[in-house]
Amino acid sequence: MRAATLGALAQVVVVAGAAPLLVGLVRTLKARFVGRRGPDPWQPYADLLKLLRKGTVVSTTTSWVFRFTPFVLVATMLVAAAVVPVLVTRPALSFAGGIILLMSLFMLGTFFLALAGLDSGSAFGGMGSSREVMVAALAEPTVMLAVFALAIRTGTTNLGGVVERIGSEPVLAAHPGHLLAFLAFFIVMLAETGRLPVDNPATHLELTMIHEAMILEYSGPYLALVEWASAMKLFLFMTLLANLFFPWWVPSETEGLPLLLGLLALAGKLVLLAAALAALETVVAKLRLFRVPELLSGSFALALLSVASVVLLK
Amino acid sequence: MARLVFALGGVGGGAAAALGLAGVLGHGWTLEIPWLVPLSGLALRMDPIAGFFLLLVGGTAIPSSIYALDYARGARRGLGAYFAFVGAMAVVPLAANVVTFLLAWEIMALASYALVLHDRDDPAAVQAAWIYAVMTHAGLACLLAGMLLMAGWTGSLRFADWPAAAPGLGAPARSVVFGLLALGFASKAGVIPLHVWLPAAHPAAPSHVSALMSGVMIKLGVMGLLRAGLDWLGAGPAWWGVALLLAGTLSAVGGVLYAVVDRDLKRLLAFSSIENVGIILVAAGAGMVFRASGLETLAVFAIAAALYHAANHAAFKALLFLGAGALVHGVGTRDLEAMGGLIKRMPWTAAAFLFGAISIAALPPLNGFVSEWLTLQALLQNTRIPRLELNLAFAVALAGLALTAGLAVACFVRAFGIAFLALPRSEAAAGAHEVGGAMRAGMALLVAACAALALGPTVVLPRLGGAAASLIGHATPGVGGDLLIIAVSGDFATLSMPVIGLALAAGLLLPVVLLRLTRGPHRARLYETWGCGRLLQTARMEYTAIAFASPVRRIFDFLYRPEKRLEVEAHPDSRFFVRRIAYGNPTRALAEEWLYAPILGVLRLGAARMRAIQSGSANLYLIYVLAALIVLLVLA
Repeated sequence: MRAATLGALAQVVVVAGAAPLLVGLVRTLKARFVGRRGPDPWQPYADLLKLLRKGTVVSTTTSWVFRFTPFVLVATMLVAAAVVPVLVTRPALSFAGGIILLMSLFMLGTFFLALAGLDSGSAFGGMGSSREVMVAALAEPTVMLAVFALAIRTGTTNLGGVVERIGSEPVLAAHPGHLLAFLAFFIVMLAETGRLPVDNPATHLELTMIHEAMILEYSGPYLALVEWASAMKLFLFMTLLANLFFPWWVPSETEGLPLLLGLLALAGKLVLLAAALAALETVVAKLRLFRVPELLSGSFALALLSVASVVLLK
Repeated sequence: MARLVFALGGVGGGAAAALGLAGVLGHGWTLEIPWLVPLSGLALRMDPIAGFFLLLVGGTAIPSSIYALDYARGARRGLGAYFAFVGAMAVVPLAANVVTFLLAWEIMALASYALVLHDRDDPAAVQAAWIYAVMTHAGLACLLAGMLLMAGWTGSLRFADWPAAAPGLGAPARSVVFGLLALGFASKAGVIPLHVWLPAAHPAAPSHVSALMSGVMIKLGVMGLLRAGLDWLGAGPAWWGVALLLAGTLSAVGGVLYAVVDRDLKRLLAFSSIENVGIILVAAGAGMVFRASGLETLAVFAIAAALYHAANHAAFKALLFLGAGALVHGVGTRDLEAMGGLIKRMPWTAAAFLFGAISIAALPPLNGFVSEWLTLQALLQNTRIPRLELNLAFAVALAGLALTAGLAVACFVRAFGIAFLALPRSEAAAGAHEVGGAMRAGMALLVAACAALALGPTVVLPRLGGAAASLIGHATPGVGGDLLIIAVSGDFATLSMPVIGLALAAGLLLPVVLLRLTRGPHRARLYETWGCGRLLQTARMEYTAIAFASPVRRIFDFLYRPEKRLEVEAHPDSRFFVRRIAYGNPTRALAEEWLYAPILGVLRLGAARMRAIQSGSANLYLIYVLAALIVLLVLA
């Protein structure tokens, strides 16, 4: 029990601690791909520390919802970090509700962030909230069908169970349904974490913002919490992609050498995924807002095909 | 007088809830008074399902009645109807024969009709009551036909005799009865496309009645569907379940799509009730398909999920309707665009409404998430049925429910955010005041009920499993786990709500500590919202409810078919001086236009033809009567 608790804490610490590095890595790689030197990958830590030490300005229009939201965001991501198989297949809260719990936790964060966007009473915040909930709602069916495709083949919706089952039978991973589900989920990841071509994390142009529009009124330590939570969301989504669809070298024990190997394997997979994301963000432009539903219906079609191929090619 | 009625309503609700709880726990009884009702006498019978729905009636009547002590203080009209409404709803689940059932059903309908017609000076309310009366009686006609056919074929008016006799009837006869009963019950439950009365009637009634109508009355339609599909007619074929599954999916998606764009808060909640009935029916339909495929344990699980969602919806929808009533009380309008900033003026109402909004959006750690999770887990196991076309129907339902959940989040972000946050959008909202103690107490009771349902699924679910098992005559409750964890089909999935709640609380604590350590935002400076350099920020710069829903409206425009109407009235001397600009962007209701308008057209045409024989002459009418009599005598 004690080893399990320690393992869970270690995992949460890894997610919370390494998430800004992943964001920094993607930024650095993007800069390199377009020929700039770019910031150091460790830059987000310096940003967060600076923000934490600064004062904050809160709008008089806002209510307690605005001040409460950054805490909810961090809390949902920390709980999610104890559900996703990051270091071990069965982390401490893996029994608490599986992948549907995970998606609902992300939704809880979105719910509060959208409310905070409305709370400031500025048109930017409302616009960001409106777009964010639309994108999140349209991404849900894809997630559900991808989960369905995985559940058919592994007989469980427990994330650890899925990882163990596919990890032990590599044949399962060599199935067209698996690849299609991966692609569908990758598009969902782009939408949910606000990356190109759905949202541009580097812009503050009002007509194109989604996530940045909602958090426009946050400053100082509150902004640090919000940024940290979005970094954790990106980290968790990428880990999910890495460990659900390439579930090798994910240890089932929480001690010693396997854990270290697992950490190295995870780092390797994440670097590859980050490179893929950076390459994608370098070559695609942001979609017009009303083309985003088309992208998401594309991902839905991929997920549906995945389910169909799994059912037909048993 | 009003206080007495509502106090009685509360006490009666408490008694009904206690009786219902005993019934769920297995204390069955029967009561027959042969002389009280003509034809077959009054007959009541308690079983776990009746107990469950009686518990819903009672459990919702208590807070609604307490709330009404303040909300409808000094009301003279509608007191008798309220009493009859609650009483009839308590009898419906217990009714054990056709006559008792239909009598209670009709009293419930008439009493709620009178309550919808509460404000007789409002033309919209009169229209709503009229639509409601027509739809509920069309439904009643279907029920009457179905039940009388069944009674004629089985030779018994007692429901308890039907399951034994049903298998001898043959498939077509049973399907005809099921179709008629399903139509009748579905119109009461508000299943699309039979929902048209619901978004009109629920907003027109006073809010404590809306809470009961949305929270409980439409659930009695669901109860009827469960009884018809699983109990009275024995085990049905799989297509009955598939029909419910797909109708439920359509209702869920359609209901939430209409809810997300509506600017009348109570109508928004009514559309959301259609959505939630859809979710319940998806789970119930899945249960019927599982049963038809021989997977009885799974069937019990799915039906228990449906019952759980029914209980959840009764709790959070009643809460939201009471909250909406508090807003109507405080602001004097149901229009979202005239609210805003109320979280500072009505903090208690705002907290209760936010609680309800998180619950209904199916977000952890509250109760809506529990039943949504259970429903999805039931659906995900459909591949244990080796039939491709059924798996496809389940995949459609899964995707539909996921979209519904996402849009429900959008809908309630909008409802809460526009009504309670930012600056007041009208003078009335700026001068709003918090509601009184009894109204707050009513909402607080429902918040407590939601919290209990959120934290205690390990206690509640086995009881509901028992009720579901009794409905289909299966032995085991079909739910595993211990006090902390619910286990679904062994290793398939597990859920632990107390752990989720605790983990979230711990997660909230961590950033608080972190900010303390780094000198935190205690020195937060208050300043106005950044306005691009403008000096004055007003409510007119805020995002409106219409604008918030605009992306959804644009993406699903095949459903809403919005029309742009722009009227510019210029000055007669120069077209550059504009006197008035009217802009409208109304959406259209497809069910009304494509289904009901043609039916009404045919009826009108028929009525016009009939006019030929209506001369107004009394002599002619006497001849008609005589002719009808002779024809009947000859036929007999």
